[in-house]
Amino acid sequence: MKILIIDYGLGNLASVRRAVEECGGDSLVSALPADIARASHLILPGVGAFADGMSLLRERGWVEPLKAAVRNDRIPLLGICLGMQLLADRGDEGGESEGLGLVSGVVERLRPAGADERIPHVGWNAVHQVCPDPLFAGIPDETDFYFVHSYAVRPGDPSVVIGTTPYAGDFVSVVRSGSACGVQFHPEKSVPAGFTLLRNFLAVS
Amino acid sequence: MLKKRVIPVMLWKDVGLVKGVGFDSWRRTGTILPQIRVYNLRCVDELFLLDIAATIEGREPDYETIRDVAPECFVPLTVGGGIRTLEQVGRLLLAGADKISLNSEAYSNPGLISSIARRYGSQCVVVSIDARRTVSGYECFSHSGSRATGIRPVEWAIEAERRGAGELLLTSIERDGTMTGYDLELVKAVSEAVRIPVIAGGGAGTFEHLLEALVTGGASAVAAASMFHFTQQTPLEAKEYLAARGQPVRRFRTEAGERRATR
Repeated sequence: MKILIIDYGLGNLASVRRAVEECGGDSLVSALPADIARASHLILPGVGAFADGMSLLRERGWVEPLKAAVRNDRIPLLGICLGMQLLADRGDEGGESEGLGLVSGVVERLRPAGADERIPHVGWNAVHQVCPDPLFAGIPDETDFYFVHSYAVRPGDPSVVIGTTPYAGDFVSVVRSGSACGVQFHPEKSVPAGFTLLRNFLAVS
Repeated sequence: MLKKRVIPVMLWKDVGLVKGVGFDSWRRTGTILPQIRVYNLRCVDELFLLDIAATIEGREPDYETIRDVAPECFVPLTVGGGIRTLEQVGRLLLAGADKISLNSEAYSNPGLISSIARRYGSQCVVVSIDARRTVSGYECFSHSGSRATGIRPVEWAIEAERRGAGELLLTSIERDGTMTGYDLELVKAVSEAVRIPVIAGGGAGTFEHLLEALVTGGASAVAAASMFHFTQQTPLEAKEYLAARGQPVRRFRTEAGERRATR
Protein backbone atom coordinates (compact mmCIF):
# COMPACT_ATOMS: atom_id res chain seq x y z
CA MET A 1 0.00 0.00 0.00
CA LYS A 2 1.12 3.49 -0.82
CA ILE A 3 1.21 6.89 0.76
CA LEU A 4 -0.78 8.70 -1.91
CA ILE A 5 0.18 12.31 -2.48
CA ILE A 6 -2.66 13.97 -4.33
CA ASP A 7 -1.58 15.85 -7.44
CA TYR A 8 -4.33 18.27 -8.40
CA GLY A 9 -2.08 20.80 -10.07
CA LEU A 10 -1.20 23.00 -7.10
CA GLY A 11 1.58 22.80 -4.60
CA ASN A 12 4.90 21.51 -3.58
CA LEU A 13 4.63 17.85 -4.39
CA ALA A 14 8.33 17.06 -4.73
CA SER A 15 9.11 18.31 -1.23
CA VAL A 16 6.24 16.40 0.32
CA ARG A 17 7.22 13.24 -1.54
CA ARG A 18 10.87 13.55 -0.52
CA ALA A 19 9.91 14.18 3.11
CA VAL A 20 7.59 11.14 3.14
CA GLU A 21 10.40 8.98 1.72
CA GLU A 22 12.85 10.34 4.29
CA CYS A 23 10.30 9.35 6.96
CA GLY A 24 10.17 5.80 5.63
CA GLY A 25 6.93 6.00 3.62
CA ASP A 26 6.40 4.40 0.22
CA SER A 27 5.01 7.38 -1.67
CA LEU A 28 3.00 7.68 -4.85
CA VAL A 29 2.32 11.07 -6.40
CA SER A 30 -0.84 10.64 -8.44
CA ALA A 31 -3.27 12.65 -10.51
CA LEU A 32 -5.66 9.67 -10.76
CA PRO A 33 -8.44 9.43 -8.16
CA ALA A 34 -8.63 5.69 -8.85
CA ASP A 35 -5.26 5.30 -7.13
CA ILE A 36 -7.00 5.88 -3.79
CA ALA A 37 -7.75 2.16 -3.89
CA ARG A 38 -3.99 1.49 -3.57
CA ALA A 39 -3.49 3.93 -0.70
CA SER A 40 -3.00 3.27 3.00
CA HIS A 41 -2.68 7.01 3.66
CA LEU A 42 -3.64 10.15 1.75
CA ILE A 43 -1.84 13.45 1.76
CA LEU A 44 -3.50 16.56 0.35
CA PRO A 45 -0.82 19.23 -0.08
CA GLY A 46 -1.37 22.63 -1.61
CA VAL A 47 -0.17 26.13 -2.10
CA GLY A 48 -2.47 28.76 -3.50
CA ALA A 49 -5.96 30.14 -3.25
CA PHE A 50 -8.94 28.18 -1.89
CA ALA A 51 -11.19 28.71 -4.92
CA ASP A 52 -8.49 27.55 -7.36
CA GLY A 53 -7.77 24.52 -5.21
CA MET A 54 -11.40 23.43 -5.04
CA SER A 55 -12.07 23.98 -8.71
CA LEU A 56 -9.01 21.89 -9.61
CA LEU A 57 -10.08 19.12 -7.21
CA ARG A 58 -13.53 19.15 -8.79
CA GLU A 59 -12.29 19.26 -12.40
CA ARG A 60 -9.96 16.35 -11.79
CA GLY A 61 -12.57 14.23 -10.08
CA TRP A 62 -11.10 14.07 -6.57
CA VAL A 63 -13.95 15.47 -4.49
CA GLU A 64 -16.30 12.48 -4.17
CA PRO A 65 -13.55 9.80 -4.01
CA LEU A 66 -11.79 11.72 -1.21
CA LYS A 67 -15.00 12.13 0.78
CA ALA A 68 -15.77 8.43 0.40
CA ALA A 69 -12.24 7.37 1.36
CA VAL A 70 -12.43 9.34 4.60
CA ARG A 71 -16.09 8.88 5.54
CA ASN A 72 -16.64 5.27 4.48
CA ASP A 73 -13.20 3.67 4.46
CA ARG A 74 -11.63 5.72 7.27
CA ILE A 75 -8.36 6.11 5.38
CA PRO A 76 -6.08 8.53 7.23
CA LEU A 77 -5.90 11.84 5.34
CA LEU A 78 -3.47 14.64 6.13
CA GLY A 79 -4.16 18.07 4.66
CA ILE A 80 -1.19 20.40 4.60
CA CYS A 81 -1.59 24.21 4.47
CA LEU A 82 -4.17 24.86 1.69
CA GLY A 83 -4.85 21.11 1.90
CA MET A 84 -6.01 21.60 5.51
CA GLN A 85 -8.21 24.52 4.50
CA LEU A 86 -9.85 22.52 1.69
CA LEU A 87 -11.11 20.03 4.31
CA ALA A 88 -13.46 22.73 5.66
CA ASP A 89 -17.03 23.50 4.55
CA ARG A 90 -16.24 26.64 2.61
CA GLY A 91 -13.74 29.42 1.96
CA ASP A 92 -13.77 32.87 0.46
CA GLU A 93 -10.24 33.27 -0.91
CA GLY A 94 -10.59 34.01 -4.62
CA GLY A 95 -14.42 34.11 -4.42
CA GLU A 96 -16.61 32.10 -2.08
CA SER A 97 -16.62 28.39 -2.75
CA GLU A 98 -17.61 25.16 -1.13
CA GLY A 99 -14.90 22.95 0.42
CA LEU A 100 -14.69 19.20 0.96
CA GLY A 101 -16.76 19.45 4.13
CA LEU A 102 -14.72 16.81 5.98
CA VAL A 103 -14.00 19.13 8.90
CA SER A 104 -16.68 21.47 10.18
CA GLY A 105 -15.60 25.09 9.66
CA VAL A 106 -15.01 27.95 7.29
CA VAL A 107 -11.77 29.42 5.97
CA GLU A 108 -11.25 33.09 6.67
CA ARG A 109 -8.53 35.65 6.13
CA LEU A 110 -6.32 36.23 9.18
CA ARG A 111 -6.81 39.62 10.81
CA PRO A 112 -3.76 41.18 12.47
CA ALA A 113 -4.39 41.42 16.22
CA GLY A 114 -1.77 44.09 16.88
CA ALA A 115 0.44 46.65 15.20
CA ASP A 116 3.34 44.18 15.09
CA GLU A 117 1.46 41.53 13.21
CA ARG A 118 1.77 41.24 9.49
CA ILE A 119 -0.21 39.16 7.01
CA PRO A 120 0.71 36.76 5.45
CA HIS A 121 1.81 34.94 8.56
CA VAL A 122 5.22 33.72 7.42
CA GLY A 123 7.76 31.92 9.51
CA TRP A 124 8.25 29.73 12.54
CA ASN A 125 5.58 29.79 15.18
CA ALA A 126 4.46 27.61 18.06
CA VAL A 127 1.70 25.02 18.09
CA HIS A 128 -0.14 24.85 21.36
CA GLN A 129 -1.54 21.34 21.74
CA VAL A 130 -5.14 21.81 22.87
CA CYS A 131 -5.88 18.12 23.09
CA PRO A 132 -3.68 15.03 22.75
CA ASP A 133 -3.44 13.54 19.29
CA PRO A 134 -1.30 10.73 17.86
CA LEU A 135 0.13 13.24 15.35
CA PHE A 136 2.00 14.96 18.16
CA ALA A 137 3.43 11.89 19.88
CA GLY A 138 6.90 12.81 21.14
CA ILE A 139 6.58 16.44 20.08
CA PRO A 140 6.74 18.88 23.00
CA ASP A 141 3.95 21.41 23.46
CA GLU A 142 4.72 24.82 21.93
CA THR A 143 7.13 23.39 19.35
CA ASP A 144 7.68 25.71 16.38
CA PHE A 145 6.68 24.79 12.85
CA TYR A 146 6.98 26.66 9.58
CA PHE A 147 3.89 28.59 8.47
CA VAL A 148 3.22 30.55 5.33
CA HIS A 149 -0.42 31.55 4.80
CA SER A 150 -2.94 34.38 4.89
CA TYR A 151 -6.05 32.33 5.64
CA ALA A 152 -6.98 29.84 8.34
CA VAL A 153 -9.81 27.50 9.32
CA ARG A 154 -12.39 28.81 11.79
CA PRO A 155 -13.99 25.60 13.08
CA GLY A 156 -17.72 25.27 13.37
CA ASP A 157 -17.27 22.70 16.12
CA PRO A 158 -14.63 23.17 18.86
CA SER A 159 -14.11 19.42 19.15
CA VAL A 160 -12.13 19.36 15.89
CA VAL A 161 -9.41 21.64 17.30
CA ILE A 162 -6.14 19.84 18.09
CA GLY A 163 -3.75 22.77 18.08
CA THR A 164 -3.70 26.54 18.00
CA THR A 165 -1.04 29.11 17.19
CA PRO A 166 -0.62 32.48 18.88
CA TYR A 167 -1.07 34.85 15.95
CA ALA A 168 -3.95 36.94 14.61
CA GLY A 169 -5.66 36.39 17.97
CA ASP A 170 -4.89 32.63 18.11
CA PHE A 171 -5.85 30.74 15.00
CA VAL A 172 -6.51 27.03 14.67
CA SER A 173 -3.41 25.36 13.25
CA VAL A 174 -4.28 21.65 13.63
CA VAL A 175 -7.66 19.96 13.19
CA ARG A 176 -8.97 16.43 13.22
CA SER A 177 -12.34 14.95 12.39
CA GLY A 178 -12.42 11.17 12.16
CA SER A 179 -9.60 9.97 9.95
CA ALA A 180 -9.09 13.42 8.37
CA CYS A 181 -6.60 15.75 9.94
CA GLY A 182 -5.04 18.96 8.80
CA VAL A 183 -2.05 21.10 9.69
CA GLN A 184 -1.76 24.73 8.66
CA PHE A 185 2.04 24.55 8.80
CA HIS A 186 4.42 22.68 6.52
CA PRO A 187 5.76 19.55 8.25
CA GLU A 188 7.85 18.76 5.16
CA LYS A 189 9.70 22.05 5.70
CA SER A 190 9.90 21.95 9.48
CA VAL A 191 12.82 19.64 10.17
CA PRO A 192 13.18 18.09 12.73
CA ALA A 193 9.73 18.27 14.44
CA GLY A 194 7.83 18.18 11.15
CA PHE A 195 9.40 14.85 10.29
CA THR A 196 8.39 13.43 13.66
CA LEU A 197 4.82 14.48 12.86
CA LEU A 198 4.94 12.83 9.42
CA ARG A 199 6.27 9.61 10.97
CA ASN A 200 3.42 9.75 13.48
CA PHE A 201 0.90 10.18 10.67
CA LEU A 202 2.36 7.22 8.76
CA ALA A 203 2.22 5.12 11.94
CA VAL A 204 -1.58 5.55 12.19
CA SER A 205 -3.49 2.91 10.28
CA MET B 1 4.77 34.80 18.84
CA LEU B 2 6.17 34.68 15.34
CA LYS B 3 9.88 33.94 15.40
CA LYS B 4 12.60 36.10 13.94
CA ARG B 5 14.37 34.19 11.20
CA VAL B 6 18.02 33.72 10.34
CA ILE B 7 18.37 32.94 6.64
CA PRO B 8 21.55 31.85 4.87
CA VAL B 9 21.62 33.04 1.27
CA MET B 10 23.23 30.90 -1.41
CA LEU B 11 24.24 32.77 -4.55
CA TRP B 12 24.53 30.64 -7.61
CA LYS B 13 26.52 31.46 -10.71
CA ASP B 14 27.43 29.11 -13.54
CA VAL B 15 27.81 25.72 -11.88
CA GLY B 16 28.48 26.56 -8.28
CA LEU B 17 27.86 28.81 -5.32
CA VAL B 18 29.71 32.08 -4.98
CA LYS B 19 29.95 35.04 -2.68
CA GLY B 20 31.25 38.49 -3.55
CA VAL B 21 31.75 41.95 -2.17
CA GLY B 22 29.51 44.77 -3.34
CA PHE B 23 27.92 42.45 -5.95
CA ASP B 24 31.36 41.86 -7.49
CA SER B 25 34.63 39.95 -6.95
CA TRP B 26 32.96 36.56 -6.73
CA ARG B 27 34.63 33.76 -4.81
CA ARG B 28 33.57 30.16 -5.11
CA THR B 29 32.01 28.77 -1.95
CA GLY B 30 31.01 25.26 -2.96
CA THR B 31 28.22 23.31 -4.61
CA ILE B 32 24.52 23.47 -3.83
CA LEU B 33 23.54 20.04 -2.57
CA PRO B 34 26.25 19.54 0.07
CA GLN B 35 25.54 23.00 1.38
CA ILE B 36 21.79 22.33 1.63
CA ARG B 37 22.51 19.14 3.56
CA VAL B 38 24.69 20.98 6.04
CA TYR B 39 22.01 23.61 6.52
CA ASN B 40 19.38 20.85 7.03
CA LEU B 41 21.47 19.41 9.83
CA ARG B 42 21.89 22.82 11.39
CA CYS B 43 18.12 23.32 11.26
CA VAL B 44 18.36 26.77 9.69
CA ASP B 45 15.06 28.63 9.50
CA GLU B 46 14.98 28.77 5.72
CA LEU B 47 17.26 29.13 2.71
CA PHE B 48 17.45 31.42 -0.29
CA LEU B 49 18.99 30.23 -3.56
CA LEU B 50 19.47 33.08 -6.00
CA ASP B 51 20.80 32.60 -9.53
CA ILE B 52 22.65 35.87 -9.98
CA ALA B 53 23.65 35.26 -13.61
CA ALA B 54 20.31 34.25 -15.17
CA THR B 55 18.86 37.70 -15.82
CA ILE B 56 22.15 39.15 -17.03
CA GLU B 57 22.66 36.26 -19.41
CA GLY B 58 19.00 36.39 -20.51
CA ARG B 59 18.44 32.82 -19.29
CA GLU B 60 15.35 31.22 -17.82
CA PRO B 61 15.52 29.77 -14.32
CA ASP B 62 17.34 26.42 -14.27
CA TYR B 63 14.38 24.18 -13.45
CA GLU B 64 16.43 20.98 -13.66
CA THR B 65 18.79 22.06 -10.93
CA ILE B 66 15.94 23.25 -8.73
CA ARG B 67 14.16 19.93 -9.26
CA ASP B 68 17.31 18.14 -8.09
CA VAL B 69 18.09 20.22 -5.04
CA ALA B 70 14.78 21.61 -3.73
CA PRO B 71 13.32 18.32 -2.47
CA GLU B 72 16.51 17.77 -0.47
CA CYS B 73 15.90 21.00 1.39
CA PHE B 74 13.89 20.22 4.53
CA VAL B 75 13.37 23.85 5.40
CA PRO B 76 11.63 26.43 3.20
CA LEU B 77 13.49 27.28 0.02
CA THR B 78 13.08 30.53 -1.87
CA VAL B 79 14.37 30.51 -5.43
CA GLY B 80 15.19 33.59 -7.49
CA GLY B 81 16.97 34.68 -10.64
CA GLY B 82 15.76 35.04 -14.20
CA ILE B 83 12.02 34.90 -13.44
CA ARG B 84 9.98 36.80 -16.05
CA THR B 85 6.61 35.07 -16.36
CA LEU B 86 3.81 33.49 -14.35
CA GLU B 87 4.42 30.23 -16.18
CA GLN B 88 8.05 30.17 -15.00
CA VAL B 89 6.86 30.67 -11.42
CA GLY B 90 4.52 27.70 -11.79
CA ARG B 91 7.39 25.55 -13.06
CA LEU B 92 9.65 26.58 -10.17
CA LEU B 93 6.98 25.81 -7.59
CA LEU B 94 6.40 22.43 -9.19
CA ALA B 95 10.16 21.84 -9.18
CA GLY B 96 10.04 22.27 -5.41
CA ALA B 97 10.58 25.94 -4.65
CA ASP B 98 8.44 27.09 -1.72
CA LYS B 99 8.61 30.74 -2.63
CA ILE B 100 10.04 32.67 -5.51
CA SER B 101 12.02 35.84 -5.41
CA LEU B 102 11.40 38.47 -8.06
CA ASN B 103 13.80 41.29 -8.75
CA SER B 104 14.73 42.79 -12.16
CA GLU B 105 11.56 41.86 -14.06
CA ALA B 106 9.32 43.44 -11.42
CA TYR B 107 10.58 46.94 -12.28
CA SER B 108 9.59 46.72 -15.94
CA ASN B 109 6.54 44.53 -15.35
CA PRO B 110 5.17 45.21 -11.85
CA GLY B 111 1.90 43.52 -12.85
CA LEU B 112 3.78 40.22 -12.57
CA ILE B 113 3.84 40.64 -8.78
CA SER B 114 0.03 40.88 -8.77
CA SER B 115 -0.51 37.98 -11.10
CA ILE B 116 1.77 35.68 -9.08
CA ALA B 117 0.03 36.77 -5.87
CA ARG B 118 -3.40 36.11 -7.37
CA ARG B 119 -2.48 32.71 -8.77
CA TYR B 120 -0.28 31.30 -6.01
CA GLY B 121 -0.93 33.58 -3.03
CA SER B 122 1.04 36.53 -1.68
CA GLN B 123 2.98 34.29 0.64
CA CYS B 124 5.01 32.79 -2.16
CA VAL B 125 6.11 36.11 -3.70
CA VAL B 126 9.23 37.65 -2.28
CA VAL B 127 10.23 40.89 -3.96
CA SER B 128 13.97 41.32 -3.75
CA ILE B 129 15.19 44.90 -3.65
CA ASP B 130 18.86 45.72 -4.19
CA ALA B 131 19.60 49.30 -3.20
CA ARG B 132 22.56 51.57 -2.82
CA ARG B 133 23.10 55.08 -1.57
CA THR B 134 23.54 57.60 -4.39
CA VAL B 135 24.08 61.39 -4.27
CA SER B 136 20.33 61.92 -4.37
CA GLY B 137 19.49 59.29 -1.75
CA TYR B 138 18.80 55.57 -1.89
CA GLU B 139 18.09 54.04 -5.27
CA CYS B 140 17.03 50.56 -6.43
CA PHE B 141 19.24 48.68 -8.89
CA SER B 142 18.23 45.77 -11.11
CA HIS B 143 20.25 43.11 -12.98
CA SER B 144 22.32 42.01 -9.97
CA GLY B 145 23.05 45.58 -8.98
CA SER B 146 24.27 46.68 -12.41
CA ARG B 147 21.40 48.89 -13.62
CA ALA B 148 20.03 51.97 -11.95
CA THR B 149 16.24 52.12 -11.97
CA GLY B 150 15.66 55.67 -10.75
CA ILE B 151 13.24 54.24 -8.18
CA ARG B 152 13.54 54.81 -4.44
CA PRO B 153 13.46 51.72 -2.22
CA VAL B 154 10.75 53.00 0.13
CA GLU B 155 8.44 53.86 -2.76
CA TRP B 156 9.17 50.57 -4.49
CA ALA B 157 8.56 48.62 -1.27
CA ILE B 158 5.15 50.27 -0.86
CA GLU B 159 4.32 49.56 -4.50
CA ALA B 160 5.43 45.92 -4.20
CA GLU B 161 3.29 45.48 -1.09
CA ARG B 162 0.30 47.11 -2.78
CA ARG B 163 0.68 44.72 -5.71
CA GLY B 164 0.68 41.66 -3.48
CA ALA B 165 4.26 40.89 -2.47
CA GLY B 166 4.30 38.73 0.66
CA GLU B 167 7.80 39.63 1.81
CA LEU B 168 10.68 41.85 0.85
CA LEU B 169 14.35 40.89 0.75
CA LEU B 170 16.16 44.19 1.08
CA THR B 171 19.87 44.11 0.25
CA SER B 172 22.32 46.95 0.57
CA ILE B 173 24.66 46.69 -2.42
CA GLU B 174 27.54 48.60 -0.87
CA ARG B 175 27.39 46.66 2.41
CA ASP B 176 27.12 43.30 0.64
CA GLY B 177 30.04 41.03 1.49
CA THR B 178 31.78 43.64 3.65
CA MET B 179 30.69 42.08 6.95
CA THR B 180 30.58 45.61 8.43
CA GLY B 181 26.90 45.53 9.40
CA TYR B 182 23.57 46.12 7.68
CA ASP B 183 22.57 49.54 6.36
CA LEU B 184 20.27 50.15 9.33
CA GLU B 185 18.91 53.43 8.00
CA LEU B 186 17.74 51.67 4.84
CA VAL B 187 16.31 48.70 6.73
CA LYS B 188 14.45 50.96 9.14
CA ALA B 189 13.04 53.22 6.42
CA VAL B 190 11.64 50.27 4.46
CA SER B 191 10.42 48.29 7.49
CA GLU B 192 8.48 51.30 8.73
CA ALA B 193 6.93 51.92 5.32
CA VAL B 194 5.30 48.50 4.85
CA ARG B 195 3.29 45.96 6.83
CA ILE B 196 4.77 42.86 5.14
CA PRO B 197 7.88 41.17 6.57
CA VAL B 198 11.20 42.70 5.60
CA ILE B 199 14.30 40.49 5.44
CA ALA B 200 17.44 42.56 5.95
CA GLY B 201 20.37 41.64 3.72
CA GLY B 202 23.84 42.87 2.90
CA GLY B 203 26.60 43.39 5.44
CA ALA B 204 26.14 40.90 8.28
CA GLY B 205 29.47 39.96 9.84
CA THR B 206 28.71 39.43 13.51
CA PHE B 207 25.79 38.30 15.66
CA GLU B 208 25.49 41.85 16.90
CA HIS B 209 24.75 43.00 13.35
CA LEU B 210 21.86 40.55 13.20
CA LEU B 211 20.49 41.87 16.47
CA GLU B 212 20.74 45.48 15.25
CA ALA B 213 18.79 44.74 12.08
CA LEU B 214 15.98 43.19 14.13
CA VAL B 215 15.92 45.74 16.95
CA THR B 216 17.02 49.04 15.38
CA GLY B 217 16.07 48.20 11.80
CA GLY B 218 12.73 46.58 12.67
CA ALA B 219 13.34 43.69 10.27
CA SER B 220 11.39 40.42 10.58
CA ALA B 221 14.32 38.30 9.47
CA VAL B 222 18.02 38.58 8.73
CA ALA B 223 19.81 37.20 5.71
CA ALA B 224 23.52 36.48 5.70
CA ALA B 225 26.00 34.80 3.41
CA SER B 226 29.67 35.77 3.94
CA MET B 227 29.27 35.45 7.68
CA PHE B 228 28.30 31.79 7.37
CA HIS B 229 30.60 30.98 4.44
CA PHE B 230 33.81 32.69 5.53
CA THR B 231 33.73 32.70 9.34
CA GLN B 232 33.30 30.04 12.00
CA GLN B 233 29.95 31.49 13.09
CA THR B 234 26.97 29.20 12.50
CA PRO B 235 23.24 29.96 12.16
CA LEU B 236 22.58 27.93 15.30
CA GLU B 237 24.98 30.01 17.38
CA ALA B 238 23.47 33.15 15.87
CA LYS B 239 20.08 32.11 17.19
CA GLU B 240 21.46 31.27 20.61
CA TYR B 241 22.96 34.76 20.74
CA LEU B 242 19.66 36.36 19.66
CA ALA B 243 17.63 34.26 22.09
CA ALA B 244 19.90 35.28 24.97
CA ARG B 245 19.15 38.91 24.10
CA GLY B 246 15.42 38.50 24.21
CA GLN B 247 14.73 37.90 20.52
CA PRO B 248 12.08 35.28 19.77
CA VAL B 249 13.79 32.61 17.67
CA ARG B 250 12.52 29.12 17.07
CA ARG B 251 13.23 26.32 19.44
CA PHE B 252 13.68 22.74 18.39
CA ARG B 253 15.38 19.58 19.38
CA THR B 254 18.41 18.35 17.56
CA GLU B 255 18.71 14.70 16.62
CA ALA B 256 20.32 14.08 19.98
CA GLY B 257 17.14 15.29 21.64
CA GLU B 258 18.91 18.23 23.14
CA ARG B 259 16.92 21.43 23.27
CA ARG B 260 18.65 24.32 21.55
CA ALA B 261 17.95 27.91 20.77
CA THR B 262 15.14 28.27 23.25
CA ARG B 263 13.39 31.59 23.62
